[in-house]
Amino acid sequence: MNINLTLIGQTIMFAMFVLFCMKFVWPPLVEAMAARKKAIEDGLKAAELGKEEHALAQKNAEDLIESTKTQAAEIIANADKQANVMIDKAKGTASEEADKIKAHAKSELDQEVVKARNELKNQVSTLVMQGVNSVLEKEVDSKAHKDMLSKLSQSL
Amino acid sequence: MASGELTSGAYIKHHLQNLTYGKFPDGHWGFAESALEAKEMGFMAFHVDTLGFSFILGALFLFFFARAAKRASIDAPSGFQNFVESIIDFIDENVRGSFSGKNPMVAPLALTTFIWIILMNTMDLVPVDWLPSLAAAMGIHFLKVVPTTDPNATFGMSIGIFILILYYSIKEKGLGGFVGELTLHPFGKWMLPFNFFLEGVNLLAKPVSLALRLFGNMYAGEMIFILIALLPFWIQWSLSLPWAIFHILIVLLQAFIFMTLVIVYMDMAHQKEH
Repeated sequence: MNINLTLIGQTIMFAMFVLFCMKFVWPPLVEAMAARKKAIEDGLKAAELGKEEHALAQKNAEDLIESTKTQAAEIIANADKQANVMIDKAKGTASEEADKIKAHAKSELDQEVVKARNELKNQVSTLVMQGVNSVLEKEVDSKAHKDMLSKLSQSL
Repeated sequence: MASGELTSGAYIKHHLQNLTYGKFPDGHWGFAESALEAKEMGFMAFHVDTLGFSFILGALFLFFFARAAKRASIDAPSGFQNFVESIIDFIDENVRGSFSGKNPMVAPLALTTFIWIILMNTMDLVPVDWLPSLAAAMGIHFLKVVPTTDPNATFGMSIGIFILILYYSIKEKGLGGFVGELTLHPFGKWMLPFNFFLEGVNLLAKPVSLALRLFGNMYAGEMIFILIALLPFWIQWSLSLPWAIFHILIVLLQAFIFMTLVIVYMDMAHQKEH
């Protein structure tokens, strides 16, 4: 319980401890803590930024999908239209062709009919001539009645 | 526990005697063999146990904290670093709360006083006979293990604080400002001697109260442990255990009070307006 030199020794020791603490303990720890605080703040900020960017990217993607969808719909509509046009065109040409073919066939048929009729006429006139010849024998001058007969055959 | 030949009084006295190395009246230096010899040495003596234990504890504190500071990791703090950082945070909060000036020394000062006092006080929780008996077995007759029960230790610290108070008072306010603060308040210049007396007491009371509060608390606590140790060994635990648990509170509380007052005194020394 005596007060003695220990007092001075303790004071010096205390001063040395405080100095050491001031130099080697306090600053690095406080710096590390401040650096961590900053790193966490930066991280949070970056996370916030990333979130915003993500939202933006999502919106962009949605827009892109939307525009792509409308584009696709347009393309499909165009293709449909074009196909319809093509079909119509094809239908047109087909019916034209068919008409042509029909007309051609009809004209051919008409010609054939005319031909057949003429042939038939000729045959009938010869037949008539023969019949008349056989009936009238000499009475009929084939030359004299030829005009009449041909008129007859014409009228057939 | 008292051994057969010792009386209670002698046991207590023995426990309160520091291991003293000093100058004998005849001029040679050596260890005091009795309380009387230690007393005769007067001022020219060292309490080897106080100096040794406080140095070992302070060095341990600084070693571990400096290691934590050196290895301080920003990304992956270890468990001990977390512990150290929580203490730093606690001190920093207290300094920010009480200290309005700007001085990079106050926070490390507070940290050092806080941890050092905690460690020195904690020596009180080591059963009172363990270390002295161990020392006795090695031929050392006296050993007081709690440095804060030695007024030299507590006054040593408070004198350091007192020097800092004077230094920063003069540095921040100027010599004239400091003298003015001591003499012109609270009653104006016509009551100068009375003011000086009041403020002088006020100023001196700071280190004295710091040292005596810590010393008184720890000394009383230690004394009660010693008294409990006088009881028969089979009953001691029923008193020493509750007292030790309660003493944990005192250990922390005294360290906290000391630290807070150091911060407040430093703040007062830095304040220009009184």
